[in-house]
Amino acid sequence: MDSKPMVSDRLPIKTSDDVVRVRQQTRVRALEAGLSLVDQTKIITAASELARNTLDYGGGGEVVIESVQHLARRGVRLTFVDHGPGIPDLDKALTDGWTSGGGMGLGLSGAKRLCNEFDITSEIGKGTKVMIARWK
Amino acid sequence: MDRIPILKLGRALLVTIQVDMHDRLATALEEDLSAKIVASGAQGVVIDISGLDLVDSFMGRMLDNIAAVSRMLDAETVVVGMRPAVAITLVELGLELSGVKTALNVERGMALIQSRLLQTRLEAVEIGDDGL
Repeated sequence: MDSKPMVSDRLPIKTSDDVVRVRQQTRVRALEAGLSLVDQTKIITAASELARNTLDYGGGGEVVIESVQHLARRGVRLTFVDHGPGIPDLDKALTDGWTSGGGMGLGLSGAKRLCNEFDITSEIGKGTKVMIARWK
Repeated sequence: MDRIPILKLGRALLVTIQVDMHDRLATALEEDLSAKIVASGAQGVVIDISGLDLVDSFMGRMLDNIAAVSRMLDAETVVVGMRPAVAITLVELGLELSGVKTALNVERGMALIQSRLLQTRLEAVEIGDDGL
């Protein structure tokens, strides 16, 4: 969806404390956008999953959290970027239960289900970029 | 380092999670709780998550692990106080915490543990009778 960002924050993801900060800032923006309690919970949970992926598999990176507006609709958009090893097989990585680490393999596929928009690009040796958005 | 307090209530342990947990805190809780189960001989653990506004897959896995470890140490875990929005999100995430017992609140969680203790005692009596 075409939309212009109104406010944006750029946060580093280098430690597990940063994952907590990403959740907190996502909550602030979700509240501003007027998302329902369930939708707030969904986008914050998705943010938490992706921030942890960035940390654990991407070797750290950053996220841009934006309040966005399209016509009369408001929403929150997050873009996670890392410069890690990249994901060799995106289709496989988006399958429930598939995991390369110690998790339950729900990170990417789970986050995708919790959002209205989901986009991922990954290049071997260069890194991974994941965009999610939730609209009111 | 911060620690989540563990209270002893009768033959059960009560853990109330009120802060947005970072990963180290979650891991520390797993370790503290298993040590405390053995030290106290508790047969039940009630984990109150009514203060949490999200449970992601890491926290969900932690709850699953705590339940599994407690079971091996002869204690039953009951997770109580889950908020409706958290339950909806967990199911959509694909994480149904099937290894974890849940109850609506601390009171009902404690009752669940009491009934389990009673059941165990009744079974013990029956076995004793057979042996006579």
